[in-house]
Amino acid sequence: MIGLIPFFPLLGFLINGLGGKRISERMSGIIASVVVGLSFIVAITLFGEFLKIGTPLEQTLFTWIAVGKFTVSFSYVLDSLSLVMVLVITGVGLLIHIFSIGYMKGDPGIQRYFSYLNLFTFMMLTLVMSDNFLAMFLGWEGVGLCSYLLIGFWFEDPVKAAAGKKAFIVNRIGDFGFLLAMFLIFSRFGSLKFMDVLIPQQIAQIPIEIVTAITLLLFLGATGKSAQIPLHIWLPDAMAGPTPVSALIHAATMVTAGVYLIARCGILFAASEITMSVIAVIGILTAFFAATIALTETDIKKVLAYSTISQLGFMFAAVGVGAFAAGIFHLMTHAFFKGLLFLAAGSVIHGMSGEQNMLKMGGLKQKMPTTYWTMLAGVAAISGLPLLSGFFSKDEILWNVYSSQFGGNILFGIGLFTAAMTAFYMFRLFFMTFHGDRRWSKEVSPHESPKIMTIPLIMLAVLSVVGGFIGIPESWGGHNFFHQFLQKSTQDATGYITHQYSSGLLLSENILMILSIVAAIGGLLLAYRFYVQRPDIPGKISKSLSIAYKLVSGKYFIDELYGLLFVRPLRNGSELFLKKFDISVIDGIANGSGKVMLVLGNKLRRIQTGVMQNYAAVIFLGVISIIFYLYLK
Amino acid sequence: MTLSLLFYIISTLTIGSALLVVLNRNAVYSAVLLVFTFFNLSILYLLLEAYFLAVLEIIIYAGAIMVLFLFVIMLFNVGKEQVLPKIMSFQRAVSLFLLVIFFTGVSLFTIQGVQDLHQPAGSASIGNVTAIGEALFSKYLFPFEIASILLLVALIGTVYLAKRKI
Amino acid sequence: MVVPLEHVIILSGLLFSIGVMGVLFRRNVIIIFMSIELMLNAVNLALVGFSRYHNNVDGQVFVFLVMTLAAAEVSVGLAIIVALFRNRQTVNINEMNLMKN
Repeated sequence: MIGLIPFFPLLGFLINGLGGKRISERMSGIIASVVVGLSFIVAITLFGEFLKIGTPLEQTLFTWIAVGKFTVSFSYVLDSLSLVMVLVITGVGLLIHIFSIGYMKGDPGIQRYFSYLNLFTFMMLTLVMSDNFLAMFLGWEGVGLCSYLLIGFWFEDPVKAAAGKKAFIVNRIGDFGFLLAMFLIFSRFGSLKFMDVLIPQQIAQIPIEIVTAITLLLFLGATGKSAQIPLHIWLPDAMAGPTPVSALIHAATMVTAGVYLIARCGILFAASEITMSVIAVIGILTAFFAATIALTETDIKKVLAYSTISQLGFMFAAVGVGAFAAGIFHLMTHAFFKGLLFLAAGSVIHGMSGEQNMLKMGGLKQKMPTTYWTMLAGVAAISGLPLLSGFFSKDEILWNVYSSQFGGNILFGIGLFTAAMTAFYMFRLFFMTFHGDRRWSKEVSPHESPKIMTIPLIMLAVLSVVGGFIGIPESWGGHNFFHQFLQKSTQDATGYITHQYSSGLLLSENILMILSIVAAIGGLLLAYRFYVQRPDIPGKISKSLSIAYKLVSGKYFIDELYGLLFVRPLRNGSELFLKKFDISVIDGIANGSGKVMLVLGNKLRRIQTGVMQNYAAVIFLGVISIIFYLYLK
Repeated sequence: MTLSLLFYIISTLTIGSALLVVLNRNAVYSAVLLVFTFFNLSILYLLLEAYFLAVLEIIIYAGAIMVLFLFVIMLFNVGKEQVLPKIMSFQRAVSLFLLVIFFTGVSLFTIQGVQDLHQPAGSASIGNVTAIGEALFSKYLFPFEIASILLLVALIGTVYLAKRKI
Repeated sequence: MVVPLEHVIILSGLLFSIGVMGVLFRRNVIIIFMSIELMLNAVNLALVGFSRYHNNVDGQVFVFLVMTLAAAEVSVGLAIIVALFRNRQTVNINEMNLMKN
């Protein structure tokens, strides 16, 4: 039964991938959506069953590898953590598949598109449902592959193909860490099964340095996949792919795999204080820096990309301070509102005939009302306006950062400031797109998207608005359903974290909440003042703060830095090698050996006399040699 | 003692006839001499108390195989071999050298190699049909069956090769 | 009978050498083939000698199998020679130099 969840997308992938052009454009989209829908239905059914039983559901499909003591079985397991992920992947994924039918209409490669999308869903489900590190790694690599394929979907454009390559190569660095971590785990624990590794007693026997090394390496993998500093550079470029892909892969699901990984191995991570601190600091820093870059970005999708990096930073901060449930909660709400935002942006781009620059938008409110209202819901949710989904989840993270032993006042302060910036740049995007002057050119005629695109938007908007209510904080007297649901998966990990909830804290959760509301509304008002009332102010500020502006709008020149540090020396070195070493030495050896063989062959050809008795004599010589050898030995 | 003497006499005859087989120019003579060699070998088997093999030697080699050879030789009706051309002399020299090395090597190793090789062991009845049959149908059953398949394959191959046109 | 095993082996080696000489010197394919039979027999003789010496039947079983093999080999080999002769009208091995060029 569990196996059916990943099976359906795999089936869809096979049908669309093998059928190719024989399947009509409309049919391929329907097939792809139906298979994901079926998975969603199965997941919902299993969710009900899980609530009744309360124990993880398991299914072993087959033994994958069996070498000596090393056995890996290919089995799926559904506990509360993976159930949340599965529901998000199939649920949000289904809506994005449906949206794609409208968005990709008329694209010549639409069957290929949908087969990739289904393959991605299958791989992502394998990633979150596997019961061991190796199968998880399979999914991990699989989603990386699909990400590469889909970013470079329009591979005729060299820039887009290069973006795909960049994503793939940067991810490899992280995957390397993941691999090393797996080797370490196997050598220390003797198994790759989560059930054998993630046992507190087991971990306690391992030296703490090893645990730190394992977790840091795993975290390196997570930074690659989830675009955290220093491996965040691929995600903005990944926006070259079709917008629904950005919504599904680069917002809702794949990039959150790192958070899932850490939450899954929470017990392991919590055992190492160093790792936890590193994760928390990196998370908050990523959140902050990505948010600052988003302030000046003018490409609508890039703003969302940096916002995604920033929100992922929040999630990492949450898991870094030991609040695994809060991190997963934000992951879920983020999937709702960021999926929504990307799809809405896709709808805008669709209506604007491919225009992505916000400077050429404006005043679209009347032209695309549905998109306007749904996007408003998304923007409000991510900004953390009260009672929307983002409010609950982000607030929980901030509270945990403030109160946890790995967090503290400074991290909390940066986080709060980032939250304010989030509200500012999201509303900036919103106002620049939908309000103000109409800056688009005469040829473009903006129009509302068809129903097949707006309906998923509306459904995601509803989810973004009400999605937070499953995790009402306990300080409000509610009992946090989400936490209790996840408790089974995370309680062992949180056992390590000593929360200082009540004792001696300056601020209570409710006061923090008010602070974050103030931050959000402050950001909103500032954006309103800057981009609706007085559009001339941003220009003045950027002039007066020109150095800071250049730094930020240049994305801190990290791409250039990496280019200088890694890419250029490698390329120059390679060219040097090509000229000096490759052409003279390697080619010399290769061509030279050919020449030597030719000469030798001409000489040795005489040996082949064709006289049988000569051969017989040589054989006899061989026999004699063997006899002597055996005797003398 | 007489038996030992017989062994050496028969040995000499064997070597002599074998040499004649190789050195003779006429193929028919060679074949007949080879039959004679096989008879001598059969007697040597008898002296070594391998009675069953002695009988087999005559039946298979002298009886079946050599008859085949003779048939083929008669069929071809080729005369005497021509004198070997000069270019083969190097080949001959090398071959002769190799042969000498081989034979002296074998002899030296045999004499030096194992000290307690001198006496053949006692006299249990290992050469009769019963002993060989028991070994063949128990310990060596599988090779025995394989050998029968080999014969079948050879039969089919021969029939195929004997067709008019290949 | 009391004959040292060495003598049997030397006899066997001598017969084998004679066989090799036939293979290397003669040009008539049929005689070369007969020489191969001679070499097989030389080995058989050694095996019988060892069997006698160790008082073990295994060597004789080997000889039995070698004889089977020889029968098969001779039938196929002679068939090939007949086919060759039919095509090329010669039994001279020097003229069978298709392996060159």
